[in-house]
Amino acid sequence: MVASRGNDSNPARIPALGLRFLALVFVSILLMYLDHRENHLDGIRRGIGAAVYPLRLAVDAPVRLWGWLGDSTTSRNELELELGRLHAERLLTNARLQRLTALEAENARLRALLDARSRVRDEVRVAEIMAVNANPYEHNLVIDIGSRDGVYDGQAIVDADGVVGQVIETGVMTAQAVLISDADHALPVEVNRNGLRTIAVGTGEIDQLDLPFLPNNADIRAGDLLVTSGLGGAFPAGYPVAVVNSVTRIPQEPFADVTATPSAALDQVREVMLIWSRPTVVREEADE
Amino acid sequence: MSRDRTSRRLPVIITLVVGLMLTIMPLPESIRAFRPDWLALLMIFWAMQLPRTWSVGSAWVVGIVLDVSYGTLLGQHALALCFIVFITVRFHLLMRVFPLSQLSATVFALLAIYQFLLFWINGVAGVVAPATAYWGPVITGTLLWPFLFMFLSGVRYRASSGG
Repeated sequence: MVASRGNDSNPARIPALGLRFLALVFVSILLMYLDHRENHLDGIRRGIGAAVYPLRLAVDAPVRLWGWLGDSTTSRNELELELGRLHAERLLTNARLQRLTALEAENARLRALLDARSRVRDEVRVAEIMAVNANPYEHNLVIDIGSRDGVYDGQAIVDADGVVGQVIETGVMTAQAVLISDADHALPVEVNRNGLRTIAVGTGEIDQLDLPFLPNNADIRAGDLLVTSGLGGAFPAGYPVAVVNSVTRIPQEPFADVTATPSAALDQVREVMLIWSRPTVVREEADE
Repeated sequence: MSRDRTSRRLPVIITLVVGLMLTIMPLPESIRAFRPDWLALLMIFWAMQLPRTWSVGSAWVVGIVLDVSYGTLLGQHALALCFIVFITVRFHLLMRVFPLSQLSATVFALLAIYQFLLFWINGVAGVVAPATAYWGPVITGTLLWPFLFMFLSGVRYRASSGG
């Protein structure tokens, strides 16, 4: 047959096309099954992920270059203004921090009195978000540190204003995280004002969370701050998540229709913080 | 022979790498759902033109790379891409003689099948996504096809004339 010469424009039939196709379909289904059921394929994922890494860097480079150009061409005047602003901000934050230290000590003392077992003390590390969009069906982002730096699956990510999301897949040098606004994400929260516990569910809209499990008579109102309750185990307690922006109570329905706006600027963040939470014994802390 | 083959594959590989870069490039949240399936379009074109070199096997590999960079179920895009490339290769002779309008309609159907398979697998795996995430790429992909087709034909002739 002429086909053996490998001429691409040869109108002859492609040999064994159907067979190859069926084999590949079978392999795909097997892979999906294994991937969905167990995590046997993390190694493969990581290997291919490392191969895609230079490409991610290449896509990220122009955006980074732009940012660098912007930084290096900022006028002196602007820089001075910014410096002044930062100084003022630091002063404020420091003042608040002083009080926090006192409160922390007091909290530790009280807990020691109550013989409370342990408390979570957090260690953070800053990571940069790579200018890479991933999965079209989910709200997620890619950060520039991975398992090499100790990132683990399920790790909490926050920015300066609140909770951003959590790591879902750790590569060697990058990691993928899901945002709290993802339609598949749910987060145990509590109302800061009265400790009312509920669950904040992502909607797929970047600026909206739903609180679907609040009864009509729940004590919640617009403007309430929601913080993580720490009950799910993934997120340490006490980080701001969202602010309630509307509460609609429909008499016939068992649950109120409550929506909230995430505190973190989910679609604008460039730098995030990863939290390593480890329990430490309060007694030791109190002795310090 | 092997050098000849490499030089013939290189342009295709370059287009695929550029396609992957466009796929993972960040877009504003508002138009993100309308990002065309660059790699699906490219694979349809190359499978139509060079079905012996770019067939179901390469489509599967491209799909796996796509799965890893998206973080979707490993094999999801591979299966969908493999399927539409299979159809393309099966009917490549027919598709080559189609006028551009008819070809665009065919591409629309292929992209719709592609998205439907992804939707289906997402459904089985329990991934929820808004409907625009599926329809957006089909529409933009079809609108882009004529331009992409002309551009890639240019690439193809330049590559095969050894320039």
